[in-house]
Amino acid sequence: MAVAREFEYFRPETLEHSISLLGEYGENARVLAGGTDMALKIKQGVETPKAVVDIKGISELERLESTDNGLHLGALVTFSQVMASGLVAANFPLLRDAAATVGSVGIRNRATLVGSLCSAVPSLDIGPALLVHEAVVLTRSAGGTRKTGINKWFTGPKQCALEPGELVTGIVVPLPPGKAGGCYVKRGRYAGKDPAQAGVGILAMEKNDYRVAFCAVGPVAKRAPSIETCLHGQELTDPLIKAAQALVPQEISPITDIRASKAYRTLIIKVMLERGLKTAVSRLKGKPSAHGAIWI
Amino acid sequence: MKKTITLTLNGDARSVDVETTETLLAVLRNKLGVKSPKCGCDQGECGACTVLLNGKSVRSCLIFSVEVDGQEVVTLEGLSHNGPTPLQQAFIDRSAFQCGYCAPGVILSATELLTVNPHPTQTEVQEAIAGNLCRCTGYESLIEAILAASRE
Ligand SMILES: Cc1cc2nc3c(=O)[nH]c(=O)nc-3n(C[C@H](O)[C@H](O)[C@H](O)COP(=O)(O)OP(=O)(O)OC[C@H]3O[C@@H](n4cnc5c(N)ncnc54)[C@H](O)[C@@H]3O)c2cc1C
Repeated sequence: MAVAREFEYFRPETLEHSISLLGEYGENARVLAGGTDMALKIKQGVETPKAVVDIKGISELERLESTDNGLHLGALVTFSQVMASGLVAANFPLLRDAAATVGSVGIRNRATLVGSLCSAVPSLDIGPALLVHEAVVLTRSAGGTRKTGINKWFTGPKQCALEPGELVTGIVVPLPPGKAGGCYVKRGRYAGKDPAQAGVGILAMEKNDYRVAFCAVGPVAKRAPSIETCLHGQELTDPLIKAAQALVPQEISPITDIRASKAYRTLIIKVMLERGLKTAVSRLKGKPSAHGAIWI
Repeated sequence: MKKTITLTLNGDARSVDVETTETLLAVLRNKLGVKSPKCGCDQGECGACTVLLNGKSVRSCLIFSVEVDGQEVVTLEGLSHNGPTPLQQAFIDRSAFQCGYCAPGVILSATELLTVNPHPTQTEVQEAIAGNLCRCTGYESLIEAILAASRE
């Protein structure tokens, strides 16, 4: 079994204590939430913190509730909790569908959405859903609190807008302005238990307003503004889908890696865009199409 | 760095000295004498190290033992204080496993499933054990045994 480098373990019970620990240890501190990324990195020696600050003792970070600004997901909320929440199912089915594609039960029982945002891998499945919902990331440090729009959160592969000494306290997911239909389309090497080779999240809203976001086809998960502009105000028709697909290459910059080639990603993402748009629109119109993510 | 942790392991209060760097998996196997969780991939992929932490299936290879101080851990050993559970019996009756390496993880994942969802569909069974890799059976016998137990 892999053996980690020595570290000191802290389990603060208040936000204040956790933030003072992060300040005290600076560069040498790492936050530990579900640990599905961090524990592995420590074991492999990729991360060698002197202080591990486990935030699971801070009960105020467990909040999953609806607020005036939308759904509040505390930093300790796991993918399993999002899947089981009636609140999420009723108002944010896209979040639930995307959460259900992450790893397997034993991972989702532990892995947090905020941990996924902080690891910021380009393939994060929850990225597109949070992007099309225009979520806001709440952070706190000794200097005070900060809000960062999710579109400014991802700054590079495995890089995000988190600053030294800062802790993410939660995410706020605003309700869409009116009725909406959502769809997450994930392409994995097999249905489940594998990071996305490509992912598309769609939110179709009233008055033919569409939001589109991608993951795993560029250095960061991102919205696709030119595609949204092309679709805006128009009924979804086959020629319109073709026009949107033609804009895909300018919105993505995929790489070739162990999971898929650049050419494959470029091709498949267009197919995924079409299926996602059609499904999201049919859900908006209340057609009894089954909920759930689409695996292709 | 040394620490003493206390946990409820299979119903018993246990105290043990650990290094902060030791995983729950390592402490269970090497210090607490519980051998059912296996070290397969050691990266959270294979599910052989599955245990129930406060009733939920987790990867013990991705948890430092210090994280479970004061909490409740159940391993396969903890299920059968009164003989095999109906789920375990369903596996025995059908000889549903072959080499058995994945068995503790599969049984614990299925135990969690049947606790929250006593009458799952086949799809729900497949989803519940999707994180438990089995290289012998092709999964069919596992799924059948779980469904059979859910019908009893
Ligand atoms: C076997 C396996 C399969 C997986 N499959 C998928 C998949 O299909 N799709 C997918 O999207 N992901 C997948 N993942 C990744 C998984 O979603 C992430 O590992 C998880 O969401 C990270 O959350 P965590 O709570 O475990 O974070 P941790 O591992 O605890 O932390 C991750 C990072 O975030 C930082 N951090 C965590 N919380 C905070 C906070 N509140 N403030 C500041 N920093 C913080 C940590 O310091 C660390 O850098 C998989 C992982 C594994 C191990």
